[in-house]
Amino acid sequence: MPSQELVNKLRAFLPPEAVLHEAEDLKPYECDGLSAYRQLPMIVVLPQSEEQIVKVLQLCYATKTPVVARGAGTGLSGGALPHAEGVLMSLAKLKQIIAIDPLARTARVQPGVRNLAISEAAAPHGLYYAPDPSSQIACSIGGNVAENSGGVHCLKYGLTVHNILKLRVLTMDGECLEIGGDSLDSAGYDLLALMTGSEGMLGIVTEITVKLIPKPEKAQLVMAAFDDVQKAGSAVANVIGAGIIPAGMEMMDKITIHAVEEFLHAGYDLAAEAILLCESDGSTEEVADEIQRIYAIMQHSGATNISTSRDEAERLKFWAGRKAAFPAAGRVSPDYYCMDGTIPRKHLAGVLRGIEELSQAYGLRCMNVFHAGDGNLHPLILYDANQPGELERTEEFGGKILEMCIHAGGTITGEHGVGMEKINQMCSQFGTGELAMFHAVKAAFDPAGLLNPGKAVPTLHRCAELGAMHVHRGEQKFADLPRF
Amino acid sequence: MPITIDQYQAIIRAAAESKTPLRIRGGGTKDFYGNPAREKNSTLLDMTGYSGIVDYEPTELVITARAGTRLADLEAALDQHGQMLAFEPPYFGAAATLGGCIAAGLSGPRRAAAGSVRDFVLGVRMLDGKGEDLQFGGQVMKNVAGYDVSRLMTGSMGTLGVLLEVSLKVLPKPAAGLTLRMAMDEAAAIEKMNQWAGKPLPVSATCYIDGELFLRLSGAEPAVRAAQVKLGGETLKDDDIFWRSVREHTHDFFQPDKPLWRLSIRSTAPPLLLPGKQLLEWNGGLRWLHTDGGEDAEAIRVAAKEAGGHATLFRHNRSGISVFHPLPSGMMKIHRALKEKFDPSGIFNPGRLYSEI
Ligand SMILES: Cc1cc2nc3c(=O)[nH]c(=O)nc-3n(C[C@H](O)[C@H](O)[C@H](O)COP(=O)(O)OP(=O)(O)OC[C@H]3O[C@@H](n4cnc5c(N)ncnc54)[C@H](O)[C@@H]3O)c2cc1C
Repeated sequence: MPSQELVNKLRAFLPPEAVLHEAEDLKPYECDGLSAYRQLPMIVVLPQSEEQIVKVLQLCYATKTPVVARGAGTGLSGGALPHAEGVLMSLAKLKQIIAIDPLARTARVQPGVRNLAISEAAAPHGLYYAPDPSSQIACSIGGNVAENSGGVHCLKYGLTVHNILKLRVLTMDGECLEIGGDSLDSAGYDLLALMTGSEGMLGIVTEITVKLIPKPEKAQLVMAAFDDVQKAGSAVANVIGAGIIPAGMEMMDKITIHAVEEFLHAGYDLAAEAILLCESDGSTEEVADEIQRIYAIMQHSGATNISTSRDEAERLKFWAGRKAAFPAAGRVSPDYYCMDGTIPRKHLAGVLRGIEELSQAYGLRCMNVFHAGDGNLHPLILYDANQPGELERTEEFGGKILEMCIHAGGTITGEHGVGMEKINQMCSQFGTGELAMFHAVKAAFDPAGLLNPGKAVPTLHRCAELGAMHVHRGEQKFADLPRF
Repeated sequence: MPITIDQYQAIIRAAAESKTPLRIRGGGTKDFYGNPAREKNSTLLDMTGYSGIVDYEPTELVITARAGTRLADLEAALDQHGQMLAFEPPYFGAAATLGGCIAAGLSGPRRAAAGSVRDFVLGVRMLDGKGEDLQFGGQVMKNVAGYDVSRLMTGSMGTLGVLLEVSLKVLPKPAAGLTLRMAMDEAAAIEKMNQWAGKPLPVSATCYIDGELFLRLSGAEPAVRAAQVKLGGETLKDDDIFWRSVREHTHDFFQPDKPLWRLSIRSTAPPLLLPGKQLLEWNGGLRWLHTDGGEDAEAIRVAAKEAGGHATLFRHNRSGISVFHPLPSGMMKIHRALKEKFDPSGIFNPGRLYSEI
C-alpha cells in the first residue's frame, strides 16, 4: 500500500502525533545502539495502548506491511533496525507499572517501562528485579524480553528468561496470547522460553509479569590484580571449584584497566595484566564467610594485589570502572564496536591470545571486558569510522572473533542477540537443519513473515552464497585456534 | 534395542513413512504421567541404550549426557565433585533417565528457590520427525543465538522430538542445611512462606502438611545458623528422608490409590476450598490435592485458573478426562503449528500431552 494511504488509515485510530512519516521525524528511529547500520522506516507509529497495537497489526497484516518493534533502541545487534517498506512500532509510550504485588513478589508492567524503573518501584518493599544490563537506566523491559538480556549478576540470579512469569503477546494477525502464568509453570509447551530472546520475530510483547527478589542484606567486593590473564582465568575456576557462586565476577584486561582508570580513577592497579572483580551478596554472616574464602582463593591463585571493599562507597567505586568500560572506550577512540561471544571459560586465555593476534593483524586496538563467571566476552574493537575502510576491517575482525568463539565450543552471542549484525555468523554456528527449524518456528507464529523480517535467522540461500562453513560438532577442537 | 544415532534415525524414518506412532521411553518411571497413547498400534522407542556422560567439567558448572543416562548415575557423578541438579528432579523409580526428566519437565522441592528444570537446560541434541540430527543451545551459560528450542523441548512430553543429549547447568551443593518445623494453620503458613521468600533468607524448600510447616534452610553454615535463630521453630531430625519423600511421592500423603491433582498457582492464593486433602510446596505455589474420586474436575480447573495457574490430573485418572489443563484456542493453534513443524507425520507420542498434538 502506498505510504500516504497507510498513514491515513493509521490516523483513523491513532492521534496525528503518533504517526510519523516525514523524513526528519523518522530520523531518530533510523538505528538502534548499533549505529553502523541505518535505515529509515516508511512510517513510525507510537501506540499508547494494547488496543491501538492490535489495530496497527491488523492493518499491517491485511496490507502485508512489515512491522518492526522498538523499545528504547539500545540494542547492540541492529534488532530494531527499521524496514524500508515497513512500519516501525515504538513501544516507548507504554510505560506504566500496572501493579506490584509485594507478597507474591511480582510486578506487572508495560513493555516500555525501563529496566531500572521496576527496581526503583519495588525498592520500598525491599525487592528488586534482578537482571541488570549495563544499559538499565535506558533499556526497556520489552527489549530485555526480546533479547533475553543479562547483566553482571546473572550467574547467580539468572537472565531475563529466569526472571519472568507471564507475557501478553500479540501475534502479527492481532491475536492475543497469554503465555506463562502467575504460577511457576504453565500447561503445554514452554512458549515463555521460546518468546524470550526471540528478537521481536514472533510477536509483540504488550505486558510482562516479572519476578522480584529480596534485596540482599549486604554486598561486598574483592578486587584482585593478576600479572597474567591465564592466572586470572584459573582464579575464576578456583572460586567456582570451591563451591562459590559469586553474585558477580567480572574481568578486565590491561588496555581496559588503563582506559577506565584514566577516566575514572577507580583505584585499579595499572601494572596488572588483568583485574578480577568478585562480589558476594546475601546475609551479613554469609557475606563475611564468603569474602574470606574468596580472598584466600585469590591469594592462592597468585593475585599480585587484592583489596576488599570496606564500605558501600568503596564497593561502588570499584564497580564504577567496570561499568564505565563502554564510555571509556568512547573516550579513547572515536568509535568502538562491541562484540558478545560466549565461550567455555577454560578457553579464555587462548581466545584472548587469539584476539590479541587478530588485533595486531588488523591494526586495530581491542579492549576486553568479560562476564567471567559465565564466559561471556565483550571485546570492544576501537576504530574510526571516518577512516575509509576501517569499519569494514572492524567488522571482519569482529566476525573472526565470533568464529573463534564457535570453534572454542561457544556461541556468537551471549546476550545482545543476532539481529542484523551477526546474521552471517549464524551460518557458521548452525547447520541447515537447525536454520530450517528456526524458520519453521517463526512460521508457526508468523506464517506471513511480516514481523521483523530478515533478522536473526539467515536464509539458507544467504548461507550458501557466503560459503560459510558450519562448524560441525566433534570438530570444534580448540586446537584449531592458532590458525587465527 | 537401538544404540546408535543411525539406528534411531532409521526407526524414525520408517515410522514416519508408515505413519506408525512411536512411544518414546526412558526408564518408564513416568509411564503413569500424561494421557494414554492415542493409537493402539504404537512402537516402543527405547532410549536406555543411548546413555553415558559425554562431558562434565565441574568448574564450568556444566554437564552433558546422553538421554538414556540414568539420573542416579548423573547425580552420583555430580556428587563426587560436591555439585547437584539444583531443581531436584523427582525420579519416581530408580530407572529414571535424563531424557525422561527433561521431557516430563518436573522439578522438586528446591524449585521455588533455585529454578525449574527448564531454567537449567543449556542445550540439546535431538532428532526431529524426519530423523534430522539437530543441535540447539550449547554448553555455555548464556546463548541467545537462534530461538530457545532446548527449553521448548523441556516438558513437551516427547511430542516434538527424540532427545539424544542434554547439557545442564549444575550448582555446588550447599555447605550446610537443616529443616525447621512449626505448627500453624494453612492461611498463616501461606502468608509466612511468602513473607519469608521476600526476605534475604536461605530458605531452599517449603512444605505444609497436616497443620505443620516444614522449612528447609540451605547455604553457608553461618547463614543457616543466623536464619534458624531469626525464624525459630523446632529442628526436624533426618530431614533428608522427609524431603526425599516429598520429592519422590513416597510420603504418606501420596499413598492413597485415588486421583491426585497437581495445582500450580499463584503462591499467595488463599487456601483452596476443594474437597479432599492437600499438601503444599513452593511457598504455596504448588498444591497437591488428593480427592476421593467422583470429584468435579471442572471445579478444580476453575479454582486453579482463578488462582492464576493450571491443574494437572497427575495420577490415577479414572475419568478419562484430559490430564493437562485445556489450552485456549489461540495457544492450541500455536501448539499445533509447532507440532506440525517438528513432527510432520505426527509420530512422536501422539496424544500424550493433548489429543490435538
Ligand atoms: C551502553 C550499553 C550497555 C549495554 N549493556 C548490556 C548488558 O549489560 N547486558 C545486555 O544483555 N545488554 C546490554 N545492552 C544491550 C541492550 O541494552 C539490550 O539488548 C536491551 O534489552 C535492549 O532493550 P531496548 O528497549 O533498547 O530494545 P531495542 O533496542 O529497542 O530492541 C531490541 C529488540 O527487541 C525487539 N523489541 C523491543 N520491544 C519489543 C516488544 N515489546 N515486543 C517484541 N519485540 C520487542 C526489537 O524489535 C529488537 O529486535 C547494552 C546496550 C548499551 C547501549
